[in-house]
Amino acid sequence: MTDSALDAGGDQAAQVAGPHQASGSSASAPGAMPGALAVQAVDMTKRFPGVVANDHVSFEAAEGEVHALLGENGAGKTTLCNLLMGLYRPDEGKLSISGRAVRFHSPKDAQDAGIFMVHQHLRLVDSMTVAENVVLGWSKPRRLRFSPRKVEKAVAEAAERFQMPVDPKARIWQLSLGERQRVEILKALYRGAKILILDEPTTVLTPQEAEQLFSSVRDMAADGRTVIFISHKLPEVLAVADRVTILRQGRSITTVPTAGTDAEHLAGLMVGREVSLEATAKGSEEPGPVVLELAGVSARGDLGTEALKTVTFDVRAGEILGIAGVAGNGQRELAEVITGLRGTTAGEIRIGGTRLPMGDPRAAIDLGIAYVPEDRMGTGISPNLSIAENLMLKSYRGKTMRSGPVLSNRKANANAREMIKRFDVRAPGPRTLVRQLSGGNIQKVLLARELSSEPRVVVAASPTRGLDVGATQYVRQVLVETAQHGVAVLMVSEDLDEIFELSDRIAVFYNGKVVGIVPAAGANRQQIGLMMAGAA
Amino acid sequence: MNSNIVIAVLVSAIGFGTPLVLAGLGELLAERSGVLNLGVEGMMLMGAVTAFFVSQKTHGPTALVLLLAVLASMVAGSAMALIHAVLSITIRVNQIVSGLAVTIFAGIIGLSSYLGQVWNIGGVAGHHQFNGIDLFGLQNLPIVGPIIFSEDAFVYASWVLVLAVLYYLYRTRPGLYLRAVGENPAAADAMGINVTAYRYVHTLIGGALAGLGGAYFTLALAPIWTDGLTAGFGWIAIALVIFAFWRPDLLVLGAYLFGIFSALGPTLETRGITVLPSEFYSALPFLMTVIALAAASTSWANRRVGTPASLGIPYTREEG
Repeated sequence: MTDSALDAGGDQAAQVAGPHQASGSSASAPGAMPGALAVQAVDMTKRFPGVVANDHVSFEAAEGEVHALLGENGAGKTTLCNLLMGLYRPDEGKLSISGRAVRFHSPKDAQDAGIFMVHQHLRLVDSMTVAENVVLGWSKPRRLRFSPRKVEKAVAEAAERFQMPVDPKARIWQLSLGERQRVEILKALYRGAKILILDEPTTVLTPQEAEQLFSSVRDMAADGRTVIFISHKLPEVLAVADRVTILRQGRSITTVPTAGTDAEHLAGLMVGREVSLEATAKGSEEPGPVVLELAGVSARGDLGTEALKTVTFDVRAGEILGIAGVAGNGQRELAEVITGLRGTTAGEIRIGGTRLPMGDPRAAIDLGIAYVPEDRMGTGISPNLSIAENLMLKSYRGKTMRSGPVLSNRKANANAREMIKRFDVRAPGPRTLVRQLSGGNIQKVLLARELSSEPRVVVAASPTRGLDVGATQYVRQVLVETAQHGVAVLMVSEDLDEIFELSDRIAVFYNGKVVGIVPAAGANRQQIGLMMAGAA
Repeated sequence: MNSNIVIAVLVSAIGFGTPLVLAGLGELLAERSGVLNLGVEGMMLMGAVTAFFVSQKTHGPTALVLLLAVLASMVAGSAMALIHAVLSITIRVNQIVSGLAVTIFAGIIGLSSYLGQVWNIGGVAGHHQFNGIDLFGLQNLPIVGPIIFSEDAFVYASWVLVLAVLYYLYRTRPGLYLRAVGENPAAADAMGINVTAYRYVHTLIGGALAGLGGAYFTLALAPIWTDGLTAGFGWIAIALVIFAFWRPDLLVLGAYLFGIFSALGPTLETRGITVLPSEFYSALPFLMTVIALAAASTSWANRRVGTPASLGIPYTREEG
C-alpha cells in the first residue's frame, strides 16, 4: 500500500516536472535553493491559555520555492498560518517578508505584503460569478462603478495570463470543487500574490484534480512565487515540495529537502517515533452472506433535486465496502437513507432479507443498523450531555438502563465506565460532558455507543476526519475488527488512502450514481480517480 | 364609468403602495446584508408620529416644514434600527427576537403611541401635506395623467429610489460587496470587506426608509395621527421582500399589487358599491400576504432564488 502510494507520488512529480521544464524555467528544480528569501520566520511563539500553540517555530522559504509544512492535526500548522496571515499576533519572534521585518495587524496587512491564503474551506460566494468573486473587495484603481462586462473581461485575461482556465461568467455553485479552488487561487494571483499559502488543498480533490493543482503549483513557483503547502499527506508533499519543515507539538523539528528523503523518514519525524506504514489488516478472508442490500434506491437531496439515482449494491457480513467519491455526490444521502433518516423515492433496502421501512430511524436501529455520522457533533452525539447519557441515547428503552419505570443513573454510569475502559476513552468519568473531550475521544464515545449495540450493519461516514494519527489508527482498527466479527461495514470516505487501506471492495459514487464497484485488491488509483470525476 | 373605477383604484393603489415600496426597499437592503429586521412596523410608526409632530409644531414655508418632517422621520426610523443593529449585530441577539422587541417597544401602545399623547397631536388634521404635482404638465392626459403624472413628490422620490437601489446593487462595488456580505460574510471578511460596517449601515438605511414609509401616512396619505395607523403595512413590507425574491424591481410590482388590494375596499365603498362586506376588503391585503408567503415557500420557489444565504445568522469571525 505504502509503496504504491509512493510510486504514485513519484509519478506525479515526474509528470509535473515535464511541462514546467519545457516552459523554459529551470529555477525550481526540486531540492535546489533558488532565489532570494521570501519568508523568514524566526522563533515565532504564540501562546493560548493553557497551551503553547507555536513554540519558537522557525522556517524560511525562498522565492520560487514550494515549501511544505508537514505535521499532524494540532501540531501548530494552522496557528503558524494565522500568524503569517495577520490573524494572530506573535507573542515572540519575528517575521520577515522579502528581507524586511513586518508586523501584521490584520489579514489586510498580510495581503498588502503579497501573502494570500487558500483556506481548506474555500471562501467563495456560491451565488455569484467567478468574476465577481475574483474582484470582491479589490478595486485598483479605486472605483465606485462595477461593470460586470468589464470585470469579466479583466478576469478572463487574468485567467489566461496565469493559466488558470475557468469561465468568468460561471456561478460558483456550478463548478466542481477543483474548479472552485482554481478560482480561489486565481483570486490571489489577480491581487498580486507573491506568497501563497495552501491549507490542505487536496482534501476535496480527485487524484487527477490534485495532479493539476500540483502542476499549477510548480508553474507558480517557476514564475518566482513562493508556495507554502500545508499537508499531512506524505506522498503529495514529496511530489510537490522542494523542502519540508516538520512541525510537531507546536515546534519546528527540522527542515529537509524532499530530494533524498522518503515517506517513512518524514512520518517518523512527524510523529516523533519510528512508525510503520504497514496497512491495517483487512476484514475477514471469506465474507459471509449478504446483510445489507440496496435495490434501485433513489432519494431526493435537501434542495429537492435527485441526490441518489437507482443505487444498487450489497454488503456481506465480514466485509468492508468503501464508498469513494468527491464530497457532495450523494454519499451523505446514501448514509441517511440506510439509517432511516431520509425517505426514498424508489427502490428497496433490505437488512438480512427484511425490508427496511422508509424513513424510520428506529426501525433501522431495531434491524441492527449502527451509524457513525460524518457530522459528529450535530447528528452523532449531544455535546452538552454527559458520556453516560450519550451512551444510552439508543438503549434507554431497553431493560438494561431501567430500574422499574424510570431510568437508572447507576446502571447508566456502570455501563459508561465499562465502555470508557473498553474503548479507551480518555475522560475523568462517566459524568464528563462530551463537549469537553477531544475529537478522538468523542469519536470513541460514538463508536462505543454504536458498536456495543451489537449491530449487523455499521454505516461509518468519514470516520477519521479531523482526528490525529493515533485516534485515526484506533478508529480504523476498530472498524476492521468489527468487520472481522461478521458485521457488514459500509464506510464513506473522501480520503482515498483510507478507502484503499480498509476496504475489501470499493464502490465509486458520482452524481448520485454508483459508477462502479471494484475489489480493492488490485484496484487502480488512476482508474478510481477517473470514476470519481465522472470520466469513466 | 367602469374605467373610472379602475383609474380611481389605480391612483389609490399607488398611494397605498408607496409606503410599501419605501419600507420594502429598506428591508431589502437590510436583508441583503444578512440582517432580518422585524422591527419595520415599529419603525414606520415612529417615523409617522415624528413626521407629524414636526409638521404640526414647526412654522415656516410648507416646503421647508415638510422637508424637516421627512428628515425627522428618517432619523426616528434609524434610531430604532440602531437598537436592532446593536442587539443583533454587535451583541448577536437572535434577530427575530430583537426585531420583534423593537416593534413591541416602538409600535402600537408603545413609544409611538406614547409620543403621540405627550406631543398631543392625535385626532387633529395636519397643517401641511404633500400634494400632487403636475409633472411635465401631463396631468390631464387620459388614464396615465391621473395615475402617473399627478403624484406627489414622495411618490416620485420613491421611483427614483428604486432605480438608485437597482443601480447600487448590481452596478456598484459597494453593492457587490453588500450582496457578498449577505451571502457569505466569511468570504467577504477574508477579502477585507468590513462585514459589521456593511450590516450596520444597511440596517440603519433600512430603518430610515421604514421611517420614511411611515411619514408617508401622516404627511401624504391622510395627514392625521392615530395610534397604530400603519395598520400592519410594516409586516406586509417584510413579506413583500420575500415575495419579490429580494429584487427591487419585483418589489415595486408587488407593492403596487398590494396597493390595489388595499385600495379596492375604500374606493368601492366611497362609490357605494357593496358586492362583498367591507371587512372582506380590509382583510384582503393580509389574506394576500398569507397566500403570497405560502406561494413563495412552495417547492417551485424552494430553489430559494435570491434568499441571502446568511440571512438571520450573526457573523462571528472564526479564529481557529
